[in-house]
This record gives sequence, structure tokens and C-alpha cells, in this order.
Amino acid sequence: MLGTGIIKGLAVTAKNLVGSYHDPERFVTVQYPEEPAPVTEAFRNFPFLVYDAEHDPMGSLRCVACQICEKECPPQCIYIEKSKDKKPDALSKPQFYPAVFDIDASVCMSCQICVEVCPFEAIKMDQVFEIATADRFEGLLLRREQLAKSNEYYHQIHPTEAAAVDARLAEQKRVAEEKAKAAAAKAAAPKPAAATPTPSPVAKPPDESRRGQQGEGGLKPAAAPGAAAPRPPPPSA
Amino acid sequence: MIHAVATESAFERLPLVLRDHVTGLFPASLRDLAGGVLAILVIIALAGAVFAFLTWLERKVLGRMQNRPGPNRTGPFGLLQPIADAIKTLVKEDVVPHSADRVLHFLAPVALIVFTLLAFAVVPYGRHLVPVDLDAAVLYFFAAGAGTELAIFMAGWGSRNKYALLGAMRALAQLISYELPLLLSVVPVIMLAGTLSTTGVVAAQGGWEAGVIPHWHVLTPWGAAGFAMFFVAALAESNRSPFDLPEAESELIAGHLTEYSGFKFALFFMAEYFGMMALCGMGVTLFLGGWHAPCAFLEFIPSYVWFGLKLFALILAFMWVRGTVPRLRMDQLTRLAWKFLVPLALINLGTAAFWHLSADWTGATQLLRWTTGFILAAGPFLLLGRGLSSGLGPRTYRYAT
Repeated sequence: MLGTGIIKGLAVTAKNLVGSYHDPERFVTVQYPEEPAPVTEAFRNFPFLVYDAEHDPMGSLRCVACQICEKECPPQCIYIEKSKDKKPDALSKPQFYPAVFDIDASVCMSCQICVEVCPFEAIKMDQVFEIATADRFEGLLLRREQLAKSNEYYHQIHPTEAAAVDARLAEQKRVAEEKAKAAAAKAAAPKPAAATPTPSPVAKPPDESRRGQQGEGGLKPAAAPGAAAPRPPPPSA
Repeated sequence: MIHAVATESAFERLPLVLRDHVTGLFPASLRDLAGGVLAILVIIALAGAVFAFLTWLERKVLGRMQNRPGPNRTGPFGLLQPIADAIKTLVKEDVVPHSADRVLHFLAPVALIVFTLLAFAVVPYGRHLVPVDLDAAVLYFFAAGAGTELAIFMAGWGSRNKYALLGAMRALAQLISYELPLLLSVVPVIMLAGTLSTTGVVAAQGGWEAGVIPHWHVLTPWGAAGFAMFFVAALAESNRSPFDLPEAESELIAGHLTEYSGFKFALFFMAEYFGMMALCGMGVTLFLGGWHAPCAFLEFIPSYVWFGLKLFALILAFMWVRGTVPRLRMDQLTRLAWKFLVPLALINLGTAAFWHLSADWTGATQLLRWTTGFILAAGPFLLLGRGLSSGLGPRTYRYAT
């Protein structure tokens, strides 16, 4: 009959009108500034730098200033200055670190290419979207200190991805340790003269004061979720 | 006013007392004039206040119907939203197109407001609250309402914009199409009440059956059908959804409103609400018993309160429809008017005539009267409705495999 559809529609809207007053579950909108807008795990924009040790963010950045991301960045929003000195990384290998690491958020297009090319799992995608500022030049130029965020934070925003990354890093560490052990054993058995430079990265005393704590405090929590993950570390690592 | 009963409460006479109090300040020769000006001022002030409240309410109700909270940033429950809107429209730049007819462009919103306000003059708001008690009040009301069409075309023509002109033409086509069913649905009321005066029509609906069932026109077969047609036609006449084609943003840019900004746009918006309020007031007067209470024992509540409640309910129904029904296409719109509403309204004249002629049927024939009336009202609706939707039946979709 003509009009029955309209009556059904009127019933639906009337139900909404009454229902939305006593059932907040019906609301399809979020009162944004008071309530945070829900973001999905896969949501990602603007890169950040991962560090491992909570007490020493700048000292435990995973970035080794290899500048691959800087070269690959399509809009060229990354600016890196390599350090003059080296310090040991998580694998206790002496590495450069970024003395300056800037990302111009006004230029960044959140393409994630920097994340894909990074061989050190040092740069990851963030979930920030409230970066509005009154100063569009300085305010949107993110410095190293602003970019550095902890591995725990990374676990919070992208748990699945972060667990896989930790597993990969743990595997790398294991392989490196085995290699070092084998090399040490090999060095101990024939005792050739050329053995001196090889074991030096395993235990390097000069920088120990700077990153000594990080070896225990920084890597342990990072490796723990990877070990706790049910699946085995990816074979690619 | 003629049959002012003795059981009147003080509240019933309160507006009259207030009016006499104010007009008493003037010399005797000026009292009539002062009373008239006072009525105009009260109507404009009240209509403006109700308009502001309605814009808020409409957005709130529509929001809730779509499971949103609606405006809630300005003041408690967003109640200050109309004030924020008013400030916004007042401080906006008023752009007049370079090649527009400046006089017409300016006059159109003013004329629209004037015509819609004129219609308020003859609506009986209460037992003693009829601003102008004309003998031909119903005729005057619809004549004033028809003036809005002129204003809309002024807006479209004066803007010198092809979209505005096209939108105005379509608005005109719509308004003229729906003028006919609107008037035809009102004709039976006038026929049976035997008067064109709104007070007379309200008086004809006075009294109760056994003290609880009012003699409202909407409670008769022809009245129910007429009211339904009046409701649909009123929706179209006041450019309300689902008949809001004249300002369909997505299709016609904004129709005749394209070149209007700032306060002139607000005037158009205001006129739309005034038109809706006036038509709802007329619908209450003609079909819903005007200011009469629904039951005899509820008569102690002043008549203007009853009128306000009914008006509010009818406006809420308008909002409900707006929150539910999607916009019609132009051809569907005109087809609904000419092929459905006009024939139905004409048949309804016959139904009303039958009802009038069978007024003295009693006893068992009373049942026959109601059955016949019901068949006369519902039968054409079903038949014409089937014809209207034939060939449009449930759609079958075939997808590429």
C-alpha cells in the first residue's frame, strides 16, 4: 500500500529519537575534544624515532644516521646530520648516531617510505593527528627530541607490528651473539695475529660508561615481548 | 467571542486584560490603533522568538533522529545556538551580484517576510485572541500565502543568475502545483462550516461527544483524508523536506537563494519557518479544532495553551517527516500533486458532501454512515496509490557475474 514505507521510516526515526536519550550506545558520533576519536591499529601517519631506554632517550635511539630515509623521502622532509663520534648500538657494534634529525611535518606526506627502507627498525609510523600549531615554520619542524618516542609507546599504538619487530631484533641479536661466540672460539683456537680487531666490538670499554645501562635496561624489555610472542621469530631475520 | 461562556477563568482573559492595560495609556481616539499595533508587535516578537527556538529544536530533533546529539556547544543543551547563528548572519558580508537588479534583490526577502507575516493576522490563537476577525479569513490567508511565490520569483529573477532563475522557476512550479491540493483540501471544511471566517470554523468544531470525543474535523472520514492532504501540501508549500527542492543544495546549488548571503539569507530562512508556523496554525484551526480542548474536563486550561500545544505537535510532525523522508525528484513531486493529491481532494469534496447530507442519520444508519464515509475516504487513496506506484514496484537488481 502507498505510504507503508513512509510509516516504517517514521517508526525508525522515532525509535532513534527516543532511544538516543536513554541508550548512549546508539550514538554514531564522538564528542571529539572531550572524547578521543577512536583510531584503528593500522592507522598511521607521521614518522617517529624509536628509542629503547626510557631513562636515556637520546642515547638509545635505534637510528644510526645511515641517511637512507633522507635520500628516499619523496617530499624530502627529513634532514639528518651524522655524528662525528660513534657509540655502540643494541648489538654493541659502534655506530654513528644522528646529531640532528629533523622532519618537517608540513612537508611530510605520511607515505611510510622512510619506515620501509629503514634497515634498523629505527623509524616507525605514529598515530598523532593533533599537530596544529600557531607557528607553521618552527612549530611544524619536528626535532630529534620531539620525534624520539619509546619502544613501549610503539607497543601501545601498533602492538602486532611492534611484537614482530622485537622478535626480529631479538633474532638478530641472537645471531650476532652466536657469531661473536664462534669468532671468539675461533680466535682462541688457532690464535692468529689478525684476531685483534674482530673481538673489539664485543666488549668495548671506552663507551661503556655512556651506554652501559642500556645493554641491560634498554634491551631486556624490548626483547621480552618478542620472546613472549607465540609465533617464532621470522626466518627472514 | 460571541459565545463567551460564563465559566471563563482569569487566565483565559489574561491577554485581553493586558491589552486593555496597555491601550488604556493612550487617548480614547487612538485606542483601536494602539491595540492593532500592539497585536502586530506581539505577533512579530513571538514569531521571532518561536523561530529562534524552533531552529534550535529542529536541529536537536533531527540530530537525535540520526543518533547524534545535535547542537551542544553553545550554552546548556546548545540553547544559545540561535543567538550564535544570529550573530554570524548579522556580521557576514552581504554580497549583491554586480549585475543583479539591486532593488528586486533587496525587496525579495523583505516581501517574503511581509507576506508570511500577513498570514498570521487571521489565525485564532485563542478564544479571544484573533488579531483580525475577517469574514473571509481563510481566503485572505491563502491569498497572502500565495504572495510568497511572487517574492521567490523576485529573488530568482533579481539575482541575475541562471541557477537562481532555474531554481525559482522550479520553486514556482512546485508552489503552484501544491496550491491546488492545499486549497481543495480546505474547501470541505468551509463547505461544512458554512463560513470562511476562521472563528466560525473553530466554533463549528466546538463541543464533545460524551464529553471526551471532540467534534474536530480530523475525526471524521473526510476530515482525516483532508488533513492528510493538507499536511502533505503544507509540507510542499513551506518548502520543507521531502519537498525542499527549491533549495536543494546538491541539485540546484541553492535555487533562488544562490546569490543571497548574510542577513538576507537569514530572512529567507526565517520566512520559511514563519510560513511553516502559519500553515501549521491554519491546519490546527481548520482540522484540529483550533483552540478547543480535547476533552470537556480539560477546558480549565486556557485556550491559547491548547492552540500552542497543537501547533507545537504539528510542527514536531513536520520535523519528524524531515528527519525521515528523502527528497523527491521534480517529476515525482509534480506527479504526486497533479495525479494523486488533486483527484483525491476532489473526491474528498464528494465525501464531505455525503457526510453533510447524512448528518441526521441515527442509530443503525449511523454505522452505515461511518462505513460509507470510511470507504469513500480510503478507497480512492488505495486505488490511486496503486496507480501511482504501478510499474515502479520492487526493483530487481541484476549484477554482473
